[in-house]
Amino acid sequence: MTAILTNLFDGVAYGMLLFVLACGLAVTLGLMNFVNLAHGAFAMAGGYVCMVLVNRMGWPFFAALPLAFVSSAAIGIALERTLYRHLYTRSHLDQVLFTIGLTFMSVAAVDYIQGSSRVFINLPAALQGQFDVFGVGIGRYRLMIIVICGLLTIGLQMVLAKTRFGSRLRAAVDDPRAASGLGINVPQVFAFTFAFGCGLAGLGGALSAEILGLDPYFPLKFMIYFLIVVTVGGSSSITGPFLASLLLGIGDVAGKYYVPKMGPFVIYTMMIVILIWRPNGLFGRTAAR
Amino acid sequence: MTAASDVGFHAQRQARWHYGEVAFWLMVLACGFLFPTRYLIMTDILRLALFTMSLDLILGYAGIVSLGHAAFFGVGAYAAGLLALHGIINEPVLALIVAGLAAMVLGFATSFLVIRGVDLTRLMVTLGIALLLEALAERFSNITGGTDGLQGIEMQPIFGEIPFDMFGKAGFFYSLAVLFVLFLFARRVVHSPFGLSLRAIKNNPLRAAAIGIPVNRRLIAIYTLAAFYAGIAGALFTQTTAIASLDVFAFERSADLMLVLVIGGTGYLYGGLIGAVVFRMLQELFSTITPQYWQFWIGLVLVVIVLVGRQRLHRWVLYVPNLIIRQVAGRKAVVAVPESDA
Repeated sequence: MTAILTNLFDGVAYGMLLFVLACGLAVTLGLMNFVNLAHGAFAMAGGYVCMVLVNRMGWPFFAALPLAFVSSAAIGIALERTLYRHLYTRSHLDQVLFTIGLTFMSVAAVDYIQGSSRVFINLPAALQGQFDVFGVGIGRYRLMIIVICGLLTIGLQMVLAKTRFGSRLRAAVDDPRAASGLGINVPQVFAFTFAFGCGLAGLGGALSAEILGLDPYFPLKFMIYFLIVVTVGGSSSITGPFLASLLLGIGDVAGKYYVPKMGPFVIYTMMIVILIWRPNGLFGRTAAR
Repeated sequence: MTAASDVGFHAQRQARWHYGEVAFWLMVLACGFLFPTRYLIMTDILRLALFTMSLDLILGYAGIVSLGHAAFFGVGAYAAGLLALHGIINEPVLALIVAGLAAMVLGFATSFLVIRGVDLTRLMVTLGIALLLEALAERFSNITGGTDGLQGIEMQPIFGEIPFDMFGKAGFFYSLAVLFVLFLFARRVVHSPFGLSLRAIKNNPLRAAAIGIPVNRRLIAIYTLAAFYAGIAGALFTQTTAIASLDVFAFERSADLMLVLVIGGTGYLYGGLIGAVVFRMLQELFSTITPQYWQFWIGLVLVVIVLVGRQRLHRWVLYVPNLIIRQVAGRKAVVAVPESDA
C-alpha cells in the first residue's frame, strides 16, 4: 500500500514537472498551431544555465532557478523575433524541418561546450533525502517540485482567466484577425507568450536535472513526451495539458515500476489509441480548428 | 484541342523519358566502374536513395508528413535479417521481396491510423509507431538480439550464382538493380492516372473528393506502397551490411531522411536520388571537419534551407545548369522543379 502511495507521489511530481516543461509548447503548438519540435532545447538551455551558476559560480540553487527562467525566455524571444516569426504562416513540413534543425544544432552545441556526459546540479542539503508521512516515503526534492509547479499552475490559470493579458491571448488565439481588428497587437502577444513558455521550459529544465537527467540529448529524448502532453491534452485550456501530464507522469512511473520489461511501450500505445479515438486530444475541443 | 485531350497530352509528355534521365542512369552505372574502391559508400547512397524515394511517394506526391518512416525500414531490415539468420529463405532476392511484403503489411495496417486526422496527428502517430516498434524490438530481445542487434548473418549468393564479396561489388550492383527496377515502377505509378489523382489530393483533398477521387483509398494505397519500398530499403541494408540493430528504428533516421528529401526536392522521383548523394557528401565533409559535431552543421543546413525557402534554393541551384541547357538545346529542355510545397 505504501509503495503504491509513494509511486503515486513520484508520478505526480513527475507529471507536474512535465507540465511545466510542456505548457509552453501547448501554447505554440496547440494555440498558435506552430509545430515546435525544438521546445526541449529551451528546457535544456535553462538546465545548463542553472548548472553552471550553481556548480561553477556557487550560486544558491533557489537564486539560480529564476535566472534559468530568464535566460531561456531571453533566448526564446530572440529566436522568436529573428527566426520563428517568419515561419508562422509556412507549412507544417517547413516548421518540422526548421525545428528539427534547431534541435540538432542545440544538441551538438551543448555537447561541444559542456561535454556529452550527464550533469548534476549540486542541491542544498535541505532538499536531499526523504521523510516519512504515515509510512509513505516523501522525497523532499519531489515535494518541492510539486509545490513550485502547483503554484505555477494556479498562477497560470489565474493569469489566463482573470487578467487583461489573459483575455487578449485568448482572443488572439480564437480569431487573430478579429483580435487585431479590436486593436490587440497579436504578434506582440504571441511573442510574449512564446518567450514565457520558453522561460517555463527553462525552469522545468533546471528542476528536471535531478529527476529526468540532463545531458545534450535531452531535447531529442523528451520531445515525444512534450508532444504527447500537448496532443493528448488538447489545447482548449490549461487544464487539458495539466491532466494529460499527470496521467503521463503517473502512468510512466507506475509502468516502469510494475512492468519494467514493457518499457515505454505502454505510453506509446496509449498515445496512439487516444489520438485515433479523439484526434483533437482527450480534453480538446470537439470541433476541428 | 479539348481540355481533356490537352491534359492527356501534357501528362504523356511529362511521362516520356528525357535524354537527361537516360544520361543520369548511365552516369550512375558508370560510377560503379569508375570508383571500384568506393563500393561501400556508393551502396550506402543507393540504399538511402531508395529509402528517400519511398518517403517522396507519400510526402511529395500525396502530402503525408511522416516522422516515423524508419518504422518500415526497420521492419524490412529485421525481416531480412531473421530470414537469413534462421535460413528460412536463403535466396536474397526472394528474401528481399518477402521483407518488403512484411513492411507492406505493417504499412497497410497503420495506414488506417494515418489517414485519420490532420498533419499534427499524423506526425504524432507516425512518430509513435516508429517508437513503439523500437520499444518492441528492445523488449523481444530474444528474437531481435536487443541492443546488440542481429549478429552472424551470412548471406547466400544471389540467385545461387553471385556471392557477396568483401569489397561490396556484388552488393553495389545488386542494390543498383533493385533501385532501378523499383524506380521504373515508381515512375510508372506517379505518371499514371493514379499518380495524378494523388497530386490532386495533395493540392486540395476536399476538391479531389468532390471530383470523385476516393481520397482515403488512394492514400491507403500509396502509403502501403511506400511502406513496401521502405521495407526493401531496410532489407537491402541488412543484406549488404550483414547487421541489423535497434538504430534502424531511430528517430534520427527518419529526421535525416526528411533532410535528404528536402535537399533533393520533393515531388519528383530524382529528388531522393540527388538528395542522397548530396547528403552523404555533406556528411562526409562535415565529419572530416568536425568528427564529433557534424550534427550541428546538418542542423544548420536544415535551418538555412527552410529560411531561404526550398523553392528559391532549387531555382538558384538549377540556374547555371539551365543556362547551359538553354544554350545547347533551346528553351524547352529547361530543367524545372515541379511545385513542391508539401
